[in-house]
Amino acid sequence: MVPTNYYVILSAILFGLGVFAFIFKRNVITIFMSIELMLNAVNLAFVAFSQALGKLDGQVFVLFVIVVAAAEAAVGLGIIILIARNRQTLNVERVDLLKL
Amino acid sequence: MRSFLTTNAELVITIAKIAILLFIVLTVNAYLTWFERKVVAHIQSRWGPHRVGPHGLLQPLADGLKFFFKEDPTPAGVDRFVYFLAPLLALALALTSIAIIPFGPEPIHLFGHDIYLGIAPLNLNIGILALFAITALGVYGVALAGWSSNSKYPLLGGLRSSAQMISYELALTMSVVGVLLMAGSFNLRDIINAQAHHPERGIFGWNLWPQILGFFCFFTAAVAETNRVPFDLPEAESELVAGFHTEYASFKFAMFFIAEYTSMITVSCLCTIMFFGGWLSPFPASWTFTDYLPSVILIPFGLWVIMDGLRYETVFGRIILPGVGTVLTALGLALIVLPQFNNFIQAPFWFLSKVLVFLFVYVWMRGTLPRFRYDQLMAFGWKLLLPVSIVNVILTSFAILAKMQWGHQ
Amino acid sequence: MTAPLIVFFVLAALAVIGAISLILQKHPIHSALSLIVVMVALAGLYLLMGAEFVAAVQIIVYGGAIMVLFVFVIMLLNAGVEEHTSLSKLAGPPGLLLVVALAAFVAATIAKSGASVQTAAQTGALSSTKGISEMVFKDFVYPFELTSFLILVAILGAVVLAQREKS
Repeated sequence: MVPTNYYVILSAILFGLGVFAFIFKRNVITIFMSIELMLNAVNLAFVAFSQALGKLDGQVFVLFVIVVAAAEAAVGLGIIILIARNRQTLNVERVDLLKL
Repeated sequence: MRSFLTTNAELVITIAKIAILLFIVLTVNAYLTWFERKVVAHIQSRWGPHRVGPHGLLQPLADGLKFFFKEDPTPAGVDRFVYFLAPLLALALALTSIAIIPFGPEPIHLFGHDIYLGIAPLNLNIGILALFAITALGVYGVALAGWSSNSKYPLLGGLRSSAQMISYELALTMSVVGVLLMAGSFNLRDIINAQAHHPERGIFGWNLWPQILGFFCFFTAAVAETNRVPFDLPEAESELVAGFHTEYASFKFAMFFIAEYTSMITVSCLCTIMFFGGWLSPFPASWTFTDYLPSVILIPFGLWVIMDGLRYETVFGRIILPGVGTVLTALGLALIVLPQFNNFIQAPFWFLSKVLVFLFVYVWMRGTLPRFRYDQLMAFGWKLLLPVSIVNVILTSFAILAKMQWGHQ
Repeated sequence: MTAPLIVFFVLAALAVIGAISLILQKHPIHSALSLIVVMVALAGLYLLMGAEFVAAVQIIVYGGAIMVLFVFVIMLLNAGVEEHTSLSKLAGPPGLLLVVALAAFVAATIAKSGASVQTAAQTGALSSTKGISEMVFKDFVYPFELTSFLILVAILGAVVLAQREKS
């Protein structure tokens, strides 16, 4: 059997990579994808702990996280399409109308 | 060598099953193209392929050789990685879905191991859900192919086709829920066994009669999922040049082609498993004389092939056809003489016959029906099929609840 | 090296390579494909842990619907190759340092509390689909209904956002 530690460490690595992608990338769609990566890393931790404790609560929570991620992706991509239409760019640094 | 085989027996058996099944599926694909061309031709009052080999039976071989030798150009400006990935993805996913289908209940006893017909393990608790997962991933093959071709018509065809596939995926999944409620499990073998509770009912014990709405929804949604007529606007020649596979030449086009026919076979297998009793015989179990039906079909057919071959026009046909006929007749006679073999062959025989009937219905629809316009297609999927499948789920749940409340009083 | 451990390392390596590829690729469509690889690898890990229903739902919903949405949007918006401005090049090294620090901190915390979460029990007795459905419809029915309402709100929001302006 694989110890639970291994799963949680993998989840931490994936979460860290997601945060790095969020900071480093400039395309708004890629930034959104890094958020999905972070959510996936957290899902992995949930299922790992659910298996360690022998209860199914973690897996139920993962289902809810997936549903919420789906809803968020739909609305978020709608907003991204509007930004692209209005500002004609997908680079977050150019969407800076509120800057002083 | 021998000790390696005995310690890793399961692995070796699985790999052998995969190789054999792959070979069988690809051959069936090839002859399915022959079957389609012949049947559509006869519907249109003409002969199909009848020159290459007796009755055109070597036409798939000729087509395969053509695909090998034809030039395979890569258009300029394509995204090379995605361009090469798309047909690979489509083909891999279509072939993977065959692994989950069980072909028979009884195992073959060989070298002391029980070899079950079907690659997936017996207790795969998410059988049908895994099939839907593979179908869901199949959208990528189409969408990426359309986009990576760097051309207008494929992009439009690819987007339309993937939008169509996603819309009909919902109706597909919902229409199966009634069957799952009745069977109580996702496992495909359990679904067939749930229809075998009353073997004396024969054909009336199948899931088709309680779930007739679900069956029509499932079959229509599946035809739309596999992009076949009447839902094949995104790849029709007169509308969009050739849709998402315009820019794909010989071998990559063959990969898309094989993927489409393989998903046809998968959908036919699913229909038989879920609604038509899988490997169950349509006759009541007490009619044991129907066990000889395979022989009764094979022997006259083999004799007819021999007689037709003896009077065939080409020398090649006069040699091959009687040979094939002799093999078929011998097989039929062997089934009469060996009752154990006959008992084993009953289940796969019924399964394969039902799958062939569904494949014939697919080809029949191609020959007769006109195609939907794209907006009609989307309206049909969202406004008719999805509500009907949801109504089916509600009705089935109420029926099961009523049976639980009043059936045990 | 038992078989489950080998499978775990293969799938974990696939997930990490996918995530690194997400960062290093220049075109958003390649990043999307890398993310799909990560999700399929994670579904494999869920299967390894015995959470078969969650694995199937992950592939169907995440890999088959959400990522298809991403791919559609990338295709429709004709997103080109990313450009890197001076500011983003400046943020690279500090970001890398911060992320490594974060991951190291989490890993160290886990390793220190090792004893309590070392054993990996098997959730074999109750089939996971049956167990999850019983919990969702009995204990968690209120959040379940709320999420269905949430999806309705999201659909309405997406439809309103995507409308063209009536000019």
